[in-house]
Amino acid sequence: MTTVTMTVNGKTVTGEVEGRTLLSGFLREGLGLTGTHIGCDTSQCGACVVHVDGKAVKSCTMFALDAAGATVKTIEGMANADGSLSVIQQSFQDHHGLQCGFCTPGMVMSSAALLAENPKPTEAEVRHYLEGNICRCTGYHNIVKAVLAASGQDVPAVAAE
Amino acid sequence: MHNFDFVKPSSIADAVKALSGDGAQALSGGQTLTPTLKQRLAQPSVLVSLTGIAEMKGVCMGADGLSIGAATPHAVVAREAAKDYPGLAALAGGIGDPAVRNRGTIGGSLANNDPAACYPAGVLGSGATIVTNKRKIAADDYFQGMFTTALDEGEIITGVTFPVPQKAAYVKFNQPASRFALTGVFVAKFAGGVRVAVTGASNNGVFRWTEAEAALSANFAAAAVEGLTVSPEDMIGDLHGTPEYRAHLVKVLTKRAVAAAH
Ligand SMILES: Cc1cc2nc3c(=O)[nH]c(=O)nc-3n(C[C@H](O)[C@H](O)[C@H](O)COP(=O)(O)OP(=O)(O)OC[C@H]3O[C@@H](n4cnc5c(N)ncnc54)[C@H](O)[C@@H]3O)c2cc1C
Ligand code: FES
Ligand code: FES
Repeated sequence: MTTVTMTVNGKTVTGEVEGRTLLSGFLREGLGLTGTHIGCDTSQCGACVVHVDGKAVKSCTMFALDAAGATVKTIEGMANADGSLSVIQQSFQDHHGLQCGFCTPGMVMSSAALLAENPKPTEAEVRHYLEGNICRCTGYHNIVKAVLAASGQDVPAVAAE
Repeated sequence: MHNFDFVKPSSIADAVKALSGDGAQALSGGQTLTPTLKQRLAQPSVLVSLTGIAEMKGVCMGADGLSIGAATPHAVVAREAAKDYPGLAALAGGIGDPAVRNRGTIGGSLANNDPAACYPAGVLGSGATIVTNKRKIAADDYFQGMFTTALDEGEIITGVTFPVPQKAAYVKFNQPASRFALTGVFVAKFAGGVRVAVTGASNNGVFRWTEAEAALSANFAAAAVEGLTVSPEDMIGDLHGTPEYRAHLVKVLTKRAVAAAH
């Protein structure tokens, strides 16, 4: 076992990991942050997306030791300081951007990364950016609406592609 | 996944030393190697992460062309090569999805040489030079068939240098589930002639379509390849497409790449 230290949701955390421990495993089992979901565990579905040094990454496809010293943000770190939902989270709720909620942590983290890079994306840009996040429930339209609304833009009657 | 030790050196020299040990393997972005380890298709005893080596990261324009550090993620190439080599930047920006592009690197992609990967087409199509800890390898000598390269045991790619063409474009026909290229074509027009590299099509991995190169060197227009035929012999056949379908795509995508080149 090796000791790893990183900053997660603003706090410095330390834990014992093996070489093979994935960042997703460290967050969920090491830190109890089970908001990061494991869907496929093969880097296809995006349920496990977190931010590492501000960039969206699939935490099932990064080793915990590769994140040593990094600044990590998970869905648990998304709410406002007073505990209320962040704009993106609230927008997912308002626009019914989730049903079962399994994909939602990854969707929210990917959407937050998109809006940080591109604060006013077009509908096509939102769809393109969320290509690596799979949702079995919503059919995506309400997720796209939620992201457009969170960017402060009018929400069109999002058309099926 | 079997367990292994994990080391993260900060210089090329230390990485090469760590890789000389028994059972050591390089890890770059991990977008290919991590799934491979999970399937127990590789069982290294030590993983040597290359992502902490500053001298292997970054994009910079120099006298020999555009140099890209091997551990530079696709997203950084998409952004930082956009001005000097837009055709290559667009290729990098079309790999997988944003999270894959934030981790996956050019060095990992070239070392892996997946027959459906995008970078091999960009590197062969540009006539780029692969720089390792030991030597420089011309793209024409580097790719040696599916998942096979000129790299020796323990040799690491440290960077790639691209001559910048007058015009270039990469067009891929996405395999929608994996987001890899079902077939992809990179076309680059240099003062001295045109290079055309095809990925995702041949059982022998990335290759140059030399007949199209000759035709396009004489006349850089989509119509120039119209009369050519691509043989389906030795093309990949799987549930996504037959060899004949891929052979057809090679010509269609070449025409599109010529039309898109800028
Ligand atoms: C969902 C998904 C979609 C993808 N879509 C595409 C796509 O559309 N097009 C595409 O081209 N690729 C695609 N990829 C693959 C992606 O581009 C990978 O990043 C890339 O193939 C491997 O790069 P890596 O840095 O992750 O390498 P790793 O996985 O870390 O390593 C791969 C192999 O290369 C070796 N290696 C790594 N770096 C070096 C080095 N510097 N020197 C010597 N050996 C080294 C490793 O030992 C290992 O054997 C996709 C991947 C995923 C998960
Ligand atoms: S669990 Fe990581 S991408 Fe599906
Ligand atoms: S809400 Fe169920 S998977 Fe997306």
